[in-house]
Amino acid sequence: MKSLAELEAIRKATLSRINVRTDEKGDTTRVVIGMATCGIAAGARPVMLSFMDEIQKRQLAHVTVSQTGCVGMCRLEPMVDVILPGKEKVTYVHVKPEMVPRIVAEHIVNGRPVEEYTIGAAENA
Amino acid sequence: MKEIALHLLDIVQNSVKAGADHVDISFELSPEGVLSMSVRDDGCGMSPEFVARVRSPFVTTRTTRKVGLGIPLLMQNAMQSGGKVDIESEEGVGTTITATFHTSSIDCLPLGDLASTVATIIMGSPVKPEFSLTCVSPTGDMHFSTEEIRPVLEGVSLAEPDVVQWIQQSLQEEIEPILGGIMR
Repeated sequence: MKSLAELEAIRKATLSRINVRTDEKGDTTRVVIGMATCGIAAGARPVMLSFMDEIQKRQLAHVTVSQTGCVGMCRLEPMVDVILPGKEKVTYVHVKPEMVPRIVAEHIVNGRPVEEYTIGAAENA
Repeated sequence: MKEIALHLLDIVQNSVKAGADHVDISFELSPEGVLSMSVRDDGCGMSPEFVARVRSPFVTTRTTRKVGLGIPLLMQNAMQSGGKVDIESEEGVGTTITATFHTSSIDCLPLGDLASTVATIIMGSPVKPEFSLTCVSPTGDMHFSTEEIRPVLEGVSLAEPDVVQWIQQSLQEEIEPILGGIMR
């Protein structure tokens, strides 16, 4: 196993980052990924790990990634909701790991949703 | 599902929803190539009547829709390799589900990315339950549990990206020599 000392180092680094973090609820960006049977079968696991990876690379302390169940639109899975503080929820559909860096860079970091990946674009196509 | 590991990701949600405090996952590969995957939880359990019906795709506890495909899809893939699915449950005690796969069958799914699956499971429920993973094969064995690493983290969440990555990478290193032969 990778050493527990390494984990200890991660703990210290994380704690110092959390102290910097303005830990108010209204400040957090939420990424919610559909992880029911339909989402998993459609490929949600690599999408979720891509989000974790991208958030870790950019050291985005104010972003949380969580999982949810089936919302009833299984044909559009993998689905990802991105909720910026004070903004409307944006739903991305048919998400692939390759799409994640762009969603993180353009939407989560710069506040501009990637229109072409959203449910609105998919439904009007 | 394209991997046995994805079925695990799916059915573990049943244990989480059952309010389990402990979920013990194990993979045992026999010298004959029979892989046994079991998930044991101490959640709310099921009544004998519900256990009798639970394999049906038209039985689910959710109220939004009338279908639940997690167990039926697992059964399909286990059975198509020549294996089966056993479910034992007692109300107030917990549930154990065991699926066997004959890995020598051409119709058997690959195990897939078990390390990523377990990291994703832990990430999805970082506070409760405690998860453990045991892998045994003729080439070795390993054991991991969230209870072992929680004290080291002293309150830092198991869902922190750095921690998730550590879990995924350390599991990958440990699982590969044991079950690497059936991963792909």
